[in-house]
Amino acid sequence: MCRTVDLQQAVLARNDDSAQELRTALAARGTIAVNLLSSPGSGKTELLERELGLARERGVPVAALTADLATENDALRLGRSGVPVKQVLTDGLCHLEAVMLRGHLDGWLPQATRLLFVENVGNLVCPASYDLGESLRVALASVTEGEDKPLKYPTAFGLAHLVLVTKTDLAAAVGFDEAAFLANVRRVNPGVEVVLTSARTGQGVGTLLDRALAVLAGEPVHRPVMGRPAGHAHGAPLADHS
Amino acid sequence: MHEMSIALAVIEQVEQAAAEHGAQAVEEVLLQVGELAGVVPQALDFCYELACADTVLAGSTLTVEPVAARARCVDCGREWAVGMPPDLACPGCGGARTELLAGRELQILQVRWAADPVLARADQEG
Ligand SMILES: [Zn+2]
Repeated sequence: MCRTVDLQQAVLARNDDSAQELRTALAARGTIAVNLLSSPGSGKTELLERELGLARERGVPVAALTADLATENDALRLGRSGVPVKQVLTDGLCHLEAVMLRGHLDGWLPQATRLLFVENVGNLVCPASYDLGESLRVALASVTEGEDKPLKYPTAFGLAHLVLVTKTDLAAAVGFDEAAFLANVRRVNPGVEVVLTSARTGQGVGTLLDRALAVLAGEPVHRPVMGRPAGHAHGAPLADHS
Repeated sequence: MHEMSIALAVIEQVEQAAAEHGAQAVEEVLLQVGELAGVVPQALDFCYELACADTVLAGSTLTVEPVAARARCVDCGREWAVGMPPDLACPGCGGARTELLAGRELQILQVRWAADPVLARADQEG
């Protein structure tokens, strides 16, 4: 037998295939998923709580799934918005994968849901590599995290369709340099929209809901440069290379 | 640390290939890792060694072939090394309409089976 074999197999092919299946299955029932990525303490849960409340006021059927390493605090907070919320404990796993998400949705996701918000594990490294079948990927950073966050986590910000800055009410207090942050985002993700928000003052609240509804309505999303390039061997069948 | 998940995915795919090829042991796995793949090679190496125990990959070497990230500007045609942290806006015209040529690779290129496959096969059949 041959001592070597050329596999040319994408390591994450299985997740990417599952993600694509989930995206198709969700689309067939008129639902899109929104994947939210941030560091712990970025104010993501607080902002999401406001967005869910707004969706409820406007009569938009939404649901939220929140993934955490171990506690259930986020679900309790999001539950106050009155929309269906599910907490997923990853038991130490640093990210969600498409198959896991699908398993959690089965038998839970209400049929009427149009927007499913997925609050990924608080971590800007690991979740960035895993497509969850979302149609909108959002990276969030608070003004307290510093302007160089996009450069420290280029994959998370580089693959985002939308970037949200949170806690702008604290910007002056921490000396947040907005221009520097924007320049850093544009460096890793040219052309991406960046929106300033504050759950406290209400600045930018509703943007996330509006952008998600636009995607649901079929409006095109931003295509990040870092998105997988065309002609890449990614996920291609073995036969193409032999 | 998702390098453990990556290592497990590599092992699963190589195990499957080993079963298809009737291989009993693996000597080396050649993995292509792009500069922008979001994987830390040292962490991956550590996880790989741990996760390989008690599989056909036990004792095998994980060789990483790094791929530098390169981009091209759609408007002015300039090509450049993206670097780390990456600079994906065009350094020539400043344009945002750019495309990534390489750098996001994360794939198993090749697997080398351990020597003495004939002996191994004879053991199995005997
Ligand atoms: Zn240019």
